[in-house]
Amino acid sequence: MLTLGIDSGSTTTKGALFDGTQVVRTAILPTSANPRESILALYHQLHSPEVTFTVSTGYGRDLLEEADQKVTEITCHARGAAYLNPATRVVVDIGGQDSKVILLDNGLNVVDFLMNDKCAAGTGRFIEVMMRILEEDLASIDEFVVGKHPVNISSMCTVFAESEIVSLLATGADRGDVALGVIQSICRRTAVFAQKLSLQEEVFFSGGLANFESFRSTLQSFLGLKVNTHPLSQYAGAIGASVVAYNKAKRLQRV
Amino acid sequence: MELKKELPEIFEEFAEARRNSFISAKKVKDNNIPMIGTFCTYFPQELAIAMGAITVSLCSTSDETIPDAEKDLPRNLCPLIKSSYGFAKTDKCPYFYFSDLIVGETTCDGKKKMYEYLGQFKNVHVMNLPNTQSEDSLVLWKKEIIRLKEALEAQFGVTITEDDIRAAIRSRNDVRRAMKRFYSLSKLDPVPMTGVDQYKVLYGSTFRMDQRIKENKLASDIDDIIAKIMTEYETNKLPKKPRILVTGCPLGGVMEKIVGAIEQNGAYVVCYENCGGAKAVEDLVDEENPDVYDALARKYLNIGCSCMSPNPNRILLMDRLIDEYKVDAVVEVILQACHTYNVETLSIKRFVNQEKGIPYMSVETDFSTSDAGQLNTRLAAFIEML
Repeated sequence: MLTLGIDSGSTTTKGALFDGTQVVRTAILPTSANPRESILALYHQLHSPEVTFTVSTGYGRDLLEEADQKVTEITCHARGAAYLNPATRVVVDIGGQDSKVILLDNGLNVVDFLMNDKCAAGTGRFIEVMMRILEEDLASIDEFVVGKHPVNISSMCTVFAESEIVSLLATGADRGDVALGVIQSICRRTAVFAQKLSLQEEVFFSGGLANFESFRSTLQSFLGLKVNTHPLSQYAGAIGASVVAYNKAKRLQRV
Repeated sequence: MELKKELPEIFEEFAEARRNSFISAKKVKDNNIPMIGTFCTYFPQELAIAMGAITVSLCSTSDETIPDAEKDLPRNLCPLIKSSYGFAKTDKCPYFYFSDLIVGETTCDGKKKMYEYLGQFKNVHVMNLPNTQSEDSLVLWKKEIIRLKEALEAQFGVTITEDDIRAAIRSRNDVRRAMKRFYSLSKLDPVPMTGVDQYKVLYGSTFRMDQRIKENKLASDIDDIIAKIMTEYETNKLPKKPRILVTGCPLGGVMEKIVGAIEQNGAYVVCYENCGGAKAVEDLVDEENPDVYDALARKYLNIGCSCMSPNPNRILLMDRLIDEYKVDAVVEVILQACHTYNVETLSIKRFVNQEKGIPYMSVETDFSTSDAGQLNTRLAAFIEML
C-alpha cells in the first residue's frame, strides 16, 4: 500500500510515493506552460493500483481532478520538513515564485507562517533571471562563487536589480562577485522577512535552492541559526503531501 | 439650503441595480428629506435623525473609480479613500450624489487630507476628532458635536431640540439592540448562518431609507430575520467548523476575497469586530444622561478604532468577543496603506496569541482581484492549521 503526493510548483512539478515509513520513489518534471499536463504526466508516472490515496499541493493543486484531497503548500512543506528532519522547528522554503517561513511546535504542527507572494525578489525566480544575465548555469553556482567577494546589490525589485547588474558588469565587475552578491541579496531578504516570526533552532531549508551549499551557508549566517537541508529537500512539499495522504488513508482505513 | 433632487447626467449609463439605488434615493429627496453622507462610525447619527434627515455611508467598496481618484490622490493610499473620492468625483454613487452635506472626521491621515480636496467640490463639514480617549478629548469632542448641531441648524434652517436628540438616541439604541440580537445568534455552535450572510444583513442595514423615527422599521425587520433564521435552525443545522473572528479595516470591498475564502476553505466567520460589525454597535448611548451632548460624546469617543492612540477599547472588545463567540482563530484584514491598523497588528497578534492562546493571521489587500489566488492559499493554510 502506498500514498502519492504531488506538488505542482511554478517552476517544477514534484511527486513522492510513501509507504508509511519510507519515501520509496520521487520524480520531478519542469512545469510547462500547461501545468495541468505536467501534473497529469507526473501522476501517471507514479500512480499504480497500489496507491490508495493521492494529495495534491502547490499553486496548481486544483488542476489534478484525480487527487483525493487538495492541501495547501504550507501544511505540506511543514509535514515534509518534519518527516525529513524531526528536529525542525522552522521551515524556510524558497520557491520559484514565492517564499515562505513556517513555525512548527513540538508536535510538528504548524503554529504560524508568513508568505511572500507579492514580489519576485527573494525567490528562485530572482536568481534564475540574474544567472541568465551572467550567462552561467544555476546548477554550477556553488563552484562559481568559491573565493568570491560579494558585490552589494541594492535594488529591492527583480527588474531594477537586473539593470543594476547590467551596469555592474559594464563597469567591469567580476561575474562571480556579482553572483555571490545576488545570493546574499536573496538570503538577506529571506532572513529579514523570517524574523517577523520568533524563530528557534533548528531551521529546515527547502525548495529548489536548498541543495546549493552557497545558499544554505549564506542563509545560516544571516539567520544566525543552524540551517539544515536534505538531499530530498526540493521534494519536501510532495513528500509532505504523501505523508498527509498516508494519515488520511489510515483514518479512512484504506491502509 | 436647496436640496438636490434631479438625477445626474451619467444616470442613463448605469446598470439596473445602481439605477434603482438612485431612484430610491431620489424618492427620499422628492419628499424633502435631507440626506447626510457619512464616512465613519464616529459620526453621531442621532443629530441627523433628530433633524429628520437620513444618513448614508459613503465608504466605497469597488475599485471602479480608483483610476479617477488617482488623478488627484497618490497611488499608495488606502483603496477605500481612493474609491470614495473617485465616486464623489464621477457622480457614480447615488448616495454621494444626493448627499446635501458630507460629514467627515479627522480620523486617519489619508481621510482627513482627502476631505480637504473633497471640500472643493462637495459640501463637507469636518469634525475634529481627538486621537486619544482622555477627559480633555471628551471636552473637545462634545464641543465638536455641538458645533455640528449648529452647522446642521444653520445649513438646513431647522432647530434641533434636546428632546429631538433624546428621541433619536432611543431610536438608534433600539436599532443597535436589534443588530446585536441578530449577530449574537452566531454565538450558537454550530452557527445558524454563514459569516457572508451575517455581513449582508449588517451592511444592508446601513443603506435603509426609513431611518426617521416614525418610519423606522429596521429593528422589527431584523427581528423578523432572527425569527426566520431560528425556525430554520431547528430543523436544518450547518456542520461544525472552526470559528473565526474577523477584525481590522472596513470589509465592504474585500468581503468575497476574505470572508468568502475563509468559508469556502472550511471555517465560519462568527463575529466581526470591524466598524461594520460589533465595534460601533455594542455600546449604547446613555439614555439616562441629562446632558444629551455628553451622552453622545462619551459613546462615540469610546469607539476602539486604530486611529486612537493608545487604543485599549479594541483589545477590551476583542477579549470579550473571543470568549462569547467561542472563537478558534482571528483573521485581521488590513487595507493597503492603512498605517494605523497595520502598525496595530503587532499588539493585536500578541494579545490574541499570548493572552487568548489562539492563532492569528493578518492579510494586507486592496479592492482589486489580483491577489485573490494568493489570499485563498494563505487563508486555506491558516484554516488547515486549526
